[in-house]
Amino acid sequence: MLADKDRIFTNIYGLQDFGLKGAYARGNWDGTKAILEKGRDWIINEMKASGLRGRGGAGFSTGMKWSFMPKQSDGRPHYLVVNADESEPGTCKDREIMRNDPHTLIEGCLIASFAMGAHAAYIYVRGEYIFERNRLQAAIDEAYEARLIGKDNVYGYPFDLYVHHGAGAYICGEETALLESLEGKKGMPRLKPPFPANMGLYGCPTTVNNVESIAVAPTILRRGAAWFSSIGRPNNVGTKLFSLAGHVNTPCVVEEAMSIPFRELVDKHGGGVRGGWDNLLGIIPGGASCPVIPADQCEDLIMDFDGTRAVKSSFGTAGVLVMDKSTDIIKAIARISAFFKHESCGQCTPCREGTGWMWRVVNRMAEGRAQKREIDMLLEVTTQIEGHTICALGDAAAWPVQGLIRHYRHVIEERIDQYAANPHPDPVPVAAE
Amino acid sequence: MSVRRLAAEQPESFDFTPELEAIAQKLTAKYPEGRQASAVVPLLWEAQKSAGGWLPEPAIRAVAERLGMANIRVLEIATFYTMFNLEPVGRHFVQLCGTTPCMLRGAEEIRDVCRRKIGPERHVSADGQLSWLEVECLGACTNAPMVQINDDYYEDLTPETFEKLLDDLVAGRPVKIGPQNSRHGSEPEGGARVLTDPALYAHDVAPVVPAAEAPTSGASAPTSGE
Repeated sequence: MLADKDRIFTNIYGLQDFGLKGAYARGNWDGTKAILEKGRDWIINEMKASGLRGRGGAGFSTGMKWSFMPKQSDGRPHYLVVNADESEPGTCKDREIMRNDPHTLIEGCLIASFAMGAHAAYIYVRGEYIFERNRLQAAIDEAYEARLIGKDNVYGYPFDLYVHHGAGAYICGEETALLESLEGKKGMPRLKPPFPANMGLYGCPTTVNNVESIAVAPTILRRGAAWFSSIGRPNNVGTKLFSLAGHVNTPCVVEEAMSIPFRELVDKHGGGVRGGWDNLLGIIPGGASCPVIPADQCEDLIMDFDGTRAVKSSFGTAGVLVMDKSTDIIKAIARISAFFKHESCGQCTPCREGTGWMWRVVNRMAEGRAQKREIDMLLEVTTQIEGHTICALGDAAAWPVQGLIRHYRHVIEERIDQYAANPHPDPVPVAAE
Repeated sequence: MSVRRLAAEQPESFDFTPELEAIAQKLTAKYPEGRQASAVVPLLWEAQKSAGGWLPEPAIRAVAERLGMANIRVLEIATFYTMFNLEPVGRHFVQLCGTTPCMLRGAEEIRDVCRRKIGPERHVSADGQLSWLEVECLGACTNAPMVQINDDYYEDLTPETFEKLLDDLVAGRPVKIGPQNSRHGSEPEGGARVLTDPALYAHDVAPVVPAAEAPTSGASAPTSGE
């Protein structure tokens, strides 16, 4: 288990003062000047060396991402945009940073902006997090007051930090949709290239990072890349906020070492699976878009990027959803399909039409009101959505359905048999009806 | 996508109050010159608040005019983002999270309470006090099931505590925001199992450095907003 002294977010439960005084007492804003004095290149190299992979789901190297920003400005301003549009079902970690440890994020914004030559940063908070954005704004006001940030701050690097909010659209968590939304448009993803590092917010070089990726940066730079990369296993290093939801005895958010065995995570922090380990049906390891992992593969599951990939799922945001044997797995996935149908922005046809199509078919399968040949048809349709859309929402909608069919085909078939064995007045419809 | 249309009955006008104008000025100041359109979502949100929790069509036009945007651009935003209520809501507007993590922990029972105590979805109760809507993930999965009522989250609900919560709100009694059980936030029920080392909270308060000898960035990036 990760030692308390190695935890970055020490007020994650909000039991201490969230404000500046509390933040000082927790060691935030300590030696920030010394970090900035080491220069842009040192910061970016140290971030690369730390092995930090983006915490928003894709897992791209944060230091590498920062290095894509132009070294010299061509006259256009640079921007840092922080993605706090946390909306993936199962994920609720950034919320805790914003409401309880906001100064880790603010300090991170200053350092990251400095490293990328940005003098302004926007934090895009999902619209529903009203308490969280008020807290964050209060902390930012304090930081301005103490001249830690602002045009004339004690570090001599002019820097403004603004909180912006959305109004209920999961798609705005996609980086280019987020930029569109921030520009005052519908959140519809842009084609890439051009990439945001060249043409982002207002057509200027922009980097979009997840809240957690930015908020861990100051501590990494204070304690050194070697410390961070010594936790976890190669390619999957550092500490990570996990959220444990669903059928565990004590759901919670906890910061743990990467590569922690799933069983240790759920037993130590989640208080065990409801009804005991043998009552486990499966898990969704990192938010609703990750394919389900059945119980027999959870036994030795290592919770990191490579460990989840080895069982054909993905690590996502480490928002773990645990399901015990009382779960109707088809219905659980059908609800996820409903989510993606609701959140599709409607721009690309395969996603706009496909998410609704999948939802209708999976919903019927949950009742058993389907044909067995539709299972393969459904699988075929998921592959026609996956990879054929501008952004990854189409993929994200297809994966849970693929996971369902891969591991629980027998459950679907039994359900269909059950339904067919009983008399029903209506004929069983086939796909596309 | 969800189909969202403006309500059939609309008020004649929308009062863009001086208070709203003051907010609009604060909001637009966050964005560079000529980029006031960036403030459209926050400003629509404020307009919705001042209109009583929903967004009438005249308010959409007023926001478009204030930000110098075409009506259709603001209308498409109001219909795209689902937190804009296009029809009247109750004084206490319940948004029930129904997505899988909440569903697994009993959101359907909470929905039954909504149906029984408030009525059908998207239907304002006769006294105008309550209305409810099932929404997608509200991002409080470790405290499921939960609802958002107006601006506040109410978490770790049971049908009993939720029913009592509704009664208290309607009667104007004080209520506790956040978890409705013994939890404080997202720690495990029964108390935090980590972060118990007092040394974590005993750093010397950070000294504020003088502005002199300040470092400069390698790039000569112009200041924001130009």
